[in-house]
Amino acid sequence: MRAIQATTKIWAVPALSARFVPVWRRNLLVWKKLAIASILGNIADPLLYMLALGYGIGSLVGEVGGMSYVAFIGTGMVCQSAMFTASFEGMYSAFSRMHMQRTWDGIINAPVSLDDVVLAEWLWTGTKAVMSTAAILAVIMILGYGHTWLAIWILPLGFVVGLTFGAAGLVMNALAPNYDFFTYFFTLVLTPMLLFSGVYFPVEQMPAWLATIAGFLPLKHAIDIARPLMLGRVPDAILLHVAVLLAYAAVAYYVALALTRRRLLK
Amino acid sequence: MTRTIAVSARSDDATLPLASPADIVLKVELLRKKYGATEVVRGLSFDIRRGECFGLLGPNGAGKTTTLRCCLGLIDPDGGTIEMVGVPVPKAAREARVRVGVVPQMDNLDPDFTVRENLLIYGSYFGLPRALLEKRIPKLLDFAGLGNKRDAGIRTLSGGMKRRLTLARALVNDPELLILDEPTTGLDPQARHLIWDGLRQLLAAGKTILLTTHFMDEAERLATRLAVIDHGMLIATGAPRDLLRGHVEPEVVEVFGDEVRTWADMHGRKLAQRVEVAGETAFCYAADPQPLLSDLATRAGVRYLHRPANLEDLFIKLTGRELRD
Repeated sequence: MRAIQATTKIWAVPALSARFVPVWRRNLLVWKKLAIASILGNIADPLLYMLALGYGIGSLVGEVGGMSYVAFIGTGMVCQSAMFTASFEGMYSAFSRMHMQRTWDGIINAPVSLDDVVLAEWLWTGTKAVMSTAAILAVIMILGYGHTWLAIWILPLGFVVGLTFGAAGLVMNALAPNYDFFTYFFTLVLTPMLLFSGVYFPVEQMPAWLATIAGFLPLKHAIDIARPLMLGRVPDAILLHVAVLLAYAAVAYYVALALTRRRLLK
Repeated sequence: MTRTIAVSARSDDATLPLASPADIVLKVELLRKKYGATEVVRGLSFDIRRGECFGLLGPNGAGKTTTLRCCLGLIDPDGGTIEMVGVPVPKAAREARVRVGVVPQMDNLDPDFTVRENLLIYGSYFGLPRALLEKRIPKLLDFAGLGNKRDAGIRTLSGGMKRRLTLARALVNDPELLILDEPTTGLDPQARHLIWDGLRQLLAAGKTILLTTHFMDEAERLATRLAVIDHGMLIATGAPRDLLRGHVEPEVVEVFGDEVRTWADMHGRKLAQRVEVAGETAFCYAADPQPLLSDLATRAGVRYLHRPANLEDLFIKLTGRELRD
């Protein structure tokens, strides 16, 4: 008796195919039904922070890092909202589709593999991040704080940030027994990321050891790209920053895929 | 062509070489699947011919759903071979799934879309062009009796409507083989009959169906051939009528009451070929029930029911009366 060759080993290389497109498109079509509410939901918080802290603290500190504090914190908020939007999508929304509604179960009965579904969901977290990035960027432009076409490059940056944190969210999704589980990610990952990546103040203000640790945070690398772009400069060491973000994204995606296979293909 | 095969399949005998390889829609051979130390499927073999409705019966935990998941290529077997619509699985599972429709045990319609959108979106997973889907969808909605619910949200549908829509969704790719995993579990009798009508229409149109169920009346109504499995192994296979003839006495008398155990030990066992007592019911199986009936007629206050043997009797005989969880 010839044993059947296993095709879906948990840690197998991702089997990528164009079949992911309809799954990504499905999410887009749902989003279109609630687009305005969704965008407002994603940008309300960061906008409030930007305005309150920007004008409030901004009046005390004046310029920071060569830009007005409103622009400084606004740029931080762009990155932060890309991070939160993608994390949310990778956790709560993906969990609804995977676990609560069993949408993924339905999809993988069609000629779409689980690898396609995870890829689609991952790219979708990046897509949603671009949408909130665009919305906040637009507000910053309208308020007159960004005056360079170079700032447009913050959009693809938002996509990469989305992929990084969306993949991390999908790792959590694959492990989650219920929605409450995601709180850990907020407490242990997102909050420290927010406080120590230079969203509210330059990382250089922190003790050297803390700044060194901050150097490992992906959000810091995103901000190191975004701020110069907002000022109309090409960021220093841009390739390094992008590489760090992509490395985090790739590793998290691979882990998320493996854990999702372990969860569903049994 | 399909018609004649469906008819000849009815005459049944699993070993009869009436089906050429091209007419085997699903072939499962010596399938094995282990979870940890437990072997859930233990060397299961069966095949399904074009145009027939094949019922896979078994108590909870018998390995039905695991077998289906292996056939769809969602999990890898530990041994054995599967060929679905002529394609080896899991090796080319995706290619096989292009030509197969699935009605899962639990509803997983997309609650974010309307009835029509559900069909449209699901069709897109098969890579079907929109124009083709737009042509197909009105027919599918008619078939499911959901023509007037086209733009309704999923949450507004009754359980029966959801099942019918799930069945319509499984047909969106015009599949060669339709796999249904306990399609009427949780439905009321009216809704079940509607599903059965739908399945009979599909059979009449020449579709092949694989159905798992633990409702014996469902199997009796629909299946041209059955396999009873338990503990991951095949225990009997054949046409419902042949299986009944081969395994169970043709007549059953059910006797009810507190004293039924005493009666069964004193009299029943002498008058019937086989008696099983479960709680306050004695099931007496016999080729000739007359002696039993005459005895019971003399006993005042005894209630009993005389009926022909059915698949449930067969099922219980083959898989036992103890509870499965």
